[in-house]
Amino acid sequence: MKKILTTLLFSFITFLGFSQAAEVEMADTMRANGKIYVVVGIILIVLIGFILYLFALDRKISRLEKLVKK
Amino acid sequence: MKNLYKYISVALLVYIHLGGLLLEAPRLNILNETVRALYFHVPMWFGMVLLYSISVYYAIKFLRNPLSDFDLKSVEYANVGTAFGILGILTGMLWANYTWGSPWHGDPKQNGAAIALLVYLAYFVLRGSVDNEEQKARLSAVYNIFAFAAMIPLIFIIPRLTDSMHPGNGGNPGFNAYDLDSRMRLIFYPAVIAWFLIGVWIVSLRVRYRLLQNQLSEN
Repeated sequence: MKKILTTLLFSFITFLGFSQAAEVEMADTMRANGKIYVVVGIILIVLIGFILYLFALDRKISRLEKLVKK
Repeated sequence: MKNLYKYISVALLVYIHLGGLLLEAPRLNILNETVRALYFHVPMWFGMVLLYSISVYYAIKFLRNPLSDFDLKSVEYANVGTAFGILGILTGMLWANYTWGSPWHGDPKQNGAAIALLVYLAYFVLRGSVDNEEQKARLSAVYNIFAFAAMIPLIFIIPRLTDSMHPGNGGNPGFNAYDLDSRMRLIFYPAVIAWFLIGVWIVSLRVRYRLLQNQLSEN
């Protein structure tokens, strides 16, 4: 009985150890120190800039359409 | 409201960029943080296939009823679809470089996508090489159907028959089985809709521009 218990205990400990080693590396530091928000901010600026450009283009074509109709 | 879809696509884009970068993503070996590339790489291909589908729809419409408007729409949908495809291949190469080891791996899906893009590039070559407007429209509409029929097996069928490193192809269930979990779906599906709507918006701008051009050249 005691043998089985120690076997179980040790296999549980090794299992814990394995799951620790299997922890997949992600950009956790970047999230922890908040630098990720800099990246997000930059991407959003580019995105919104391009969308505003698209809206401006849309308006320009609409204006031209009105002009041609006249 | 006619412009509603534009605002929806913009709102979705902001959401997927915020959520795609900040929300929890599955922790997977090799992929690590690059799993988020799925939110931006795959919608390019979904967008391309959807835009090409509309393009072939207008090509068939043109063959049934030869109005120049149908031809114009067919071309512009194919045009923007190709732009999406090129972005898809470039993002895929960057991603592959860091997860598969090299930008071009000879992966069946990668090769198939490249061939499909070449087939569509030949569509524009064909259009450029015919002078007669009517003939150009008819020939390219027929070729458009051929190109679409070639693209579907190249991207969706052949990679599933052989071994592909793309998830969900060959012997690799990848994203379907456990990776594309509910957290990723929450961003991925809106991303597909957002980019597709942006594509439709750009197509509408190009079509309106071309119509203006035609009107001005007539006068």
